Amino acid sequence: MSRQSLTKAHAKISELTWEPTFATPATRFGTDYTFEKAPKKDPLKQIMRSYFPMEEEKDNRVYGAMDGAIRGNMFRQVQQRWMEWQKLFLSIIPFPEISAARAMPMAIDAVPNPEIHNGLAVQMIDEVRHSTIQMNLKKLYMNNYIDPAGFDMSSKAFANNYAGTIGRQFGEGFITGDAITAANIYLTVVAETAFTNTLFVAMPDEAAANGDYLLPTVFHSVQSDESRHISNGYSILLMALADERNRPLLERDMRYAWWNNHCVVDAAIGTFIEYGTKDRRKDRESYAEMWQRWIYDDYYRSYLLPLEKYGLTIPHDLVEESWNRITNKFYVHEVARFFATGWPVNYWRIDAMTDTDFEWFEEKYPGWYSRFGKWWENYNRLAYPGRNKPIAFEDVGYTYPHRCWTCMVPCLIHEDMVTDKVDDQWRTYCSETCHWTDAVAFRSEYEGKATPNMGRLTGFREWETLHHEKDLADIISDLGYVRDDGKTLIPQPHLDLDDPKKMWTLDDVRGIQFASPNITLNAMSDKEREAHLAEYAANGTHAVA
Amino acid sequence: MADITNQKERSFPKIEFTDSEAGALTFPSSKSRSYNYFEPAKKRATMYEDVTVDVQPDPDRYLTQGWIYGFGDGPGGYPEEWTTAKSSNWHAFRDPNEEWEQSIYRNNTAVVRQVELCLKNAKRARVYESWNRPWLKFIERNVGAWMHVENGLALHVFASIQRSGPVNQINTAVAVNSAHKMRFAQDLALFNLDLSEADVPFEGSAHREVWHEAPEWQPTREVVEQLTAVGDWCELLFATNIVFEQLVGSLFRSELVMQVAARNSDYITPTIVGTGEHDYDRDLGYTRALFQMLTQDEEHGEANKELFGTWLAKWVPRCEKATHTLQPIWSQAADKPVTFADSKQSANAKFVSVLEDLGLDIPKELDQ
Ligand SMILES: [Fe+2]
Ligand SMILES: [Fe+2]
Ligand SMILES: [Zn+2]
Repeated sequence: MSRQSLTKAHAKISELTWEPTFATPATRFGTDYTFEKAPKKDPLKQIMRSYFPMEEEKDNRVYGAMDGAIRGNMFRQVQQRWMEWQKLFLSIIPFPEISAARAMPMAIDAVPNPEIHNGLAVQMIDEVRHSTIQMNLKKLYMNNYIDPAGFDMSSKAFANNYAGTIGRQFGEGFITGDAITAANIYLTVVAETAFTNTLFVAMPDEAAANGDYLLPTVFHSVQSDESRHISNGYSILLMALADERNRPLLERDMRYAWWNNHCVVDAAIGTFIEYGTKDRRKDRESYAEMWQRWIYDDYYRSYLLPLEKYGLTIPHDLVEESWNRITNKFYVHEVARFFATGWPVNYWRIDAMTDTDFEWFEEKYPGWYSRFGKWWENYNRLAYPGRNKPIAFEDVGYTYPHRCWTCMVPCLIHEDMVTDKVDDQWRTYCSETCHWTDAVAFRSEYEGKATPNMGRLTGFREWETLHHEKDLADIISDLGYVRDDGKTLIPQPHLDLDDPKKMWTLDDVRGIQFASPNITLNAMSDKEREAHLAEYAANGTHAVA
Repeated sequence: MADITNQKERSFPKIEFTDSEAGALTFPSSKSRSYNYFEPAKKRATMYEDVTVDVQPDPDRYLTQGWIYGFGDGPGGYPEEWTTAKSSNWHAFRDPNEEWEQSIYRNNTAVVRQVELCLKNAKRARVYESWNRPWLKFIERNVGAWMHVENGLALHVFASIQRSGPVNQINTAVAVNSAHKMRFAQDLALFNLDLSEADVPFEGSAHREVWHEAPEWQPTREVVEQLTAVGDWCELLFATNIVFEQLVGSLFRSELVMQVAARNSDYITPTIVGTGEHDYDRDLGYTRALFQMLTQDEEHGEANKELFGTWLAKWVPRCEKATHTLQPIWSQAADKPVTFADSKQSANAKFVSVLEDLGLDIPKELDQ
């Protein structure tokens, strides 16, 4: 289509909308934002006539690559260390994708400008595409990778696992609460515009370095739809900014959305990239370096900063603190160690780190060895059953952490933990901002104004609460993380599949009691609690055997 | 000139032979190669089921920590209470069209190719010039008004419903329905554009005035707007795909446009409108399957039938009013091979057969 006929086509498609006069559309998903004074933004319409063939063409390339990978025996050269983490990642990501589809009518209802409804509805279809194409990739892994255990129970494991729940925020956050907070600020302005770069570009690049070129094929194809989504979100953001009354809500939502995305996405993707790779070339970018490029430069400096002149209050302090956590506070490394500590209740296997890995970490993150080296040596030493319990239940100088009530990643930077009695319960938070999110932001009033549409934090937020005082063997079998012989665990703290004696079974973990830190904390007297918290803060991130 | 003195040494990740393919070793679960958390409808899970079922989790199944975000005034996630219809197992629903990523793009691209080829040929053969004036007027006004219906249903009915169904299978089927409607609405609009650019008397923007003000179209616009005001997603789907689409949609598309066009030497419009009917046929497929599941539910079937009876009582009269007010357009074409009465009778018969499939009583309003 020529430019001129494209313009005419767009204008014609705009004629399809009308202002209703007989009935007011139901507002099933409300917002506290107002768009009365919003200028009419007119983003480019998507013409379905070119959209469907364009996407089909992309699909053909993806499916061609899939056939090629199988014919070319790709799985003879994939790294198991990498593939195991895909059991977690690919159990999570189809849910955020489908949630993005489900979020679109919330944005359509909330924003009265029909000019942008078309783009949002097309995004809905894109997101169905993303979710199902990713489920299909996972199926291909399950069929062709050496160890299908964990892939085979994927959606169930996602739903009952602590890590699945962490990931679920990136999804539930799109579809719940204030329609603009959820479907615009959290989903598009922050998650899609900032964090899909690490998810869909940086991580697939790492997959390729580990012998898997299908993940990049699928995810780059997914990412190619993202620029349209970003421009949908940008239009709505500018409309929201046009009304002064929205400014405090925008400031609130940028703080919440930025911080939650950082807590969740950097935890997960940082771990996959740093601990899932075998590529230890010194000139390979670390996650911190990727973050600086994709998030700090491309998003913060190029996208967010220019919005300041339109009146957006940018959470500069939180951007800096995220960077501080990733570099000086070793956030990603703490998370990876926590995942590995919790290996018996995972549905994937975690490889040990070797001297080559140690060397790379020390080079990229000076000071790494003194904080984490000994612990990973212990992980290696305790890898097989028989003589010892899983590392979480052996004394290696590591304190099983409290969980953040808000982001649900544990409070791993001990000195930053905030404890407060909120809604009549002692709750722990990984950071000031996560405390603020629960105690201040997700409430029916904000800065003296009613915010009836704002969401609430709900559910059994501390995973351990569900398993308090249960036997570890019972927990694992209740979760279903057991292989088809009825006793060997799906998770293992190593990659050795060749020797049955090295594989942990239910019998190896029976008799171990599991306890919920939050229940324990709430049972303490004031004195006990204060002493406990002081000790927790003091023993910090430097736990060494 | 390129500087070749300062070329950085290139660095590549090392590819290693790991022998990590299926079957390389035998160990517990080494042959566990299917998703084991849901019951397939048939013996083996289909691709559609594998990529759809349980992707939207449910506290009644595996979601042990529950939904972790709520709305200000109620639970988050996908509460079953968002409709008054009840099922003893929503998860049993399967879309008979098995829509997922590949089917969506393949099918819609095929339709796009067909429509584009048809319009291209029409332009090249200058067929619009041979159409009689009353027929051009018919398209200008009535097909023009109709594209609003399709677009409104796409954006404010189907896109909206797919946030609300308790299982992924329902929501994805409805999302695809929305895509169909959006594509079809645009195809009609771009057809309108072609006609306004052809050397024929055709007022491309007349459709707006017709849709907003022409008396024969106002009750139709009224029903469409009333549909967008429905909060209960299941009622909305029922009222739209079972009632409105049968009594008004198919009546207009199949019983009028498809019948009359050829007699007015127009083979273009039926090709485009035919794709809309084809879509509706598919979409009626999943809708029928869903409501059949609900009326045949051992526990809630009778209550559901009663409920759907009240929905029929509410929506049939509204749609009847719309169709009867549309009657004058049957005489607007130059060659009019069908009467309103014939068309209506045929649409009613199809509607009755859908209601019979669902085991529902036939509303008395249809007897006229
Ligand atoms: Fe997506
Ligand atoms: Fe997206
Ligand atoms: Zn937190």
